[in-house]
Amino acid sequence: MFVVTEHSPGQVSARILGPYALESQVTLLRGRLGLDDPLLLRYGRWLATLAGMADNRLSDPVIGLGLNDPRGARYFGNLGFSLMQKQPVIDVIGRRIWPTLALTLWSVGIMVPVALVLGVVAGVAEGRVADRVISGATMVLTSLPEFVTGVVLLMVFTGWLRLLPGVSTLDPGDRWSVGAQMVMPVTVLAVASGSYVARIVRASVADTMRRPFVRAARMKGLSQRSVILRHVLRNALIAPVTVILLQINWILTGVVVVESIFAYPGLGALLLQAALFGDLYLVQALTMLALSVAVLTQIAGDLAYRWLDPRIGR
Amino acid sequence: MIAGYDLGGRRAARGRWAVRSGLGILIFWALVAAFAPLIAPYAPSAIDFAAAADPRPSAVHPLGTDLLGRDLLSRLIWGARTTFAVVPLALGAAFVVGIAAGAVAGYFGGWTDAVISRASDVMLAFPALILYVILITARGPSLSNIVIAVTLAYAPGVARLCRAQVLALRGLDYVRAAEARGEPAWSIIIAEILPNARGPLLVDLALRAGYTVILVGTLGFLGLGLPPPTPDWGGMVVEGSGMMAVYWHMALFPCIAISSVVIACNLLADGLREARP
Repeated sequence: MFVVTEHSPGQVSARILGPYALESQVTLLRGRLGLDDPLLLRYGRWLATLAGMADNRLSDPVIGLGLNDPRGARYFGNLGFSLMQKQPVIDVIGRRIWPTLALTLWSVGIMVPVALVLGVVAGVAEGRVADRVISGATMVLTSLPEFVTGVVLLMVFTGWLRLLPGVSTLDPGDRWSVGAQMVMPVTVLAVASGSYVARIVRASVADTMRRPFVRAARMKGLSQRSVILRHVLRNALIAPVTVILLQINWILTGVVVVESIFAYPGLGALLLQAALFGDLYLVQALTMLALSVAVLTQIAGDLAYRWLDPRIGR
Repeated sequence: MIAGYDLGGRRAARGRWAVRSGLGILIFWALVAAFAPLIAPYAPSAIDFAAAADPRPSAVHPLGTDLLGRDLLSRLIWGARTTFAVVPLALGAAFVVGIAAGAVAGYFGGWTDAVISRASDVMLAFPALILYVILITARGPSLSNIVIAVTLAYAPGVARLCRAQVLALRGLDYVRAAEARGEPAWSIIIAEILPNARGPLLVDLALRAGYTVILVGTLGFLGLGLPPPTPDWGGMVVEGSGMMAVYWHMALFPCIAISSVVIACNLLADGLREARP
């Protein structure tokens, strides 16, 4: 990713200086920032700056970009400057990360139990009315892009019923409470990922129900309830746990969309603005952050799978 | 009898129904896209100033117009063209790369497999939208960047699936026989192995087609897609959503169009999965 954003040194310095810069200025900055050095060296420098072991050349007063960091040019977590907001990236992210965390945690917290229950109910009743209704509904919901769910909810609850606010800036002085502002963003995100999880759980439960050991447990005379709770679920929920963790990929995308629809003051909307502005240090930091989250959850998913399924070698 | 004992036949029947309805919707939209110039009542950018004053659906404009007075039905029809050009292009690239990489990894094994598999494991973590955002920061929004982002995001998953299929097939007798006849590896992969791996790959294709329609719509919605005069469903939703409280039709109809295509793809995927045991 570093490779893609910084592949052309001329563009980097042109982006920093904006559209009205002279060619000579661009070339000068290119030299001052060491943009013509080999890529690996520049990546090493970026890492060293982040770790607080090297100066951030952007805040060098000789260059005179007017980018000042109260912490100085060398500190841990130095990710450069947001060109859009003329502030250190770390401060910008620090301000915006909490709303995004709240949004994702609320949606996951609501989505997981609901999706599990729906999936198990449908899977156990495979082919019957409850299954048809749940399967049909989750199939349609999983097909709706987040922006469609968002726009339709806005039409109904803001435009028509006037029950919920149309923007969620989380401003405490707003006439809507912060809780009311959270309802729709959380719902949209939860619906998008929850319908998918419910489908996976259903497929896994239905598949397990057809396996011979379930029939054996029934023939032992165990009640339906204990067959399902003790035998089916234990086996059927292994795969979905990994899927839930891998949902983070969808959620990362969903966060960008949902935050943009509702003007929510989080990292997703920030990433979009930064990308459209060409604020490359901010985009770099945000995408690195998103990728670290994605990779970490993927590793967590693999570990969870190993831990839950004794058949896979440790 | 144990509940669900006789599900085999009924599942297959439901699967066939799902395949038919999914295909039906997709063919409908594909025809609309193909014959857009013939069926669209107006040009997609033609402005009707009289209608702009009252954009609601009327006899002249059955689905109404947008705020500029452009006929919504015509823009929907032309928008189908955008979707049905961008999505197959991007998906095609992703599947060609993914199948090639997966087949090579599965067939040759050894270090080839190790390199391809590790690389795709890493790439699997990248969400497509994030990839695209990185690409446009560096190179600006464009069709080729959409194709690159979709390929980078989806090819690893396709490769993983294809590799598993090839691994399962390559030990079979007819593959051994082809090897004994001295056929070159590429011809064995293309003529003997891939045709038999098509089932799961088709299901995956249908699923990813749905994701790609969502992704392309989302890019349009976020203003990251193709430039504005192109009639694009996602872009139409965002243009209409500003006036949602008054003129609900502007955002609703493109929403329905996008959703119907994604639902069709998912029906197709579900149906293909259930129809073949």
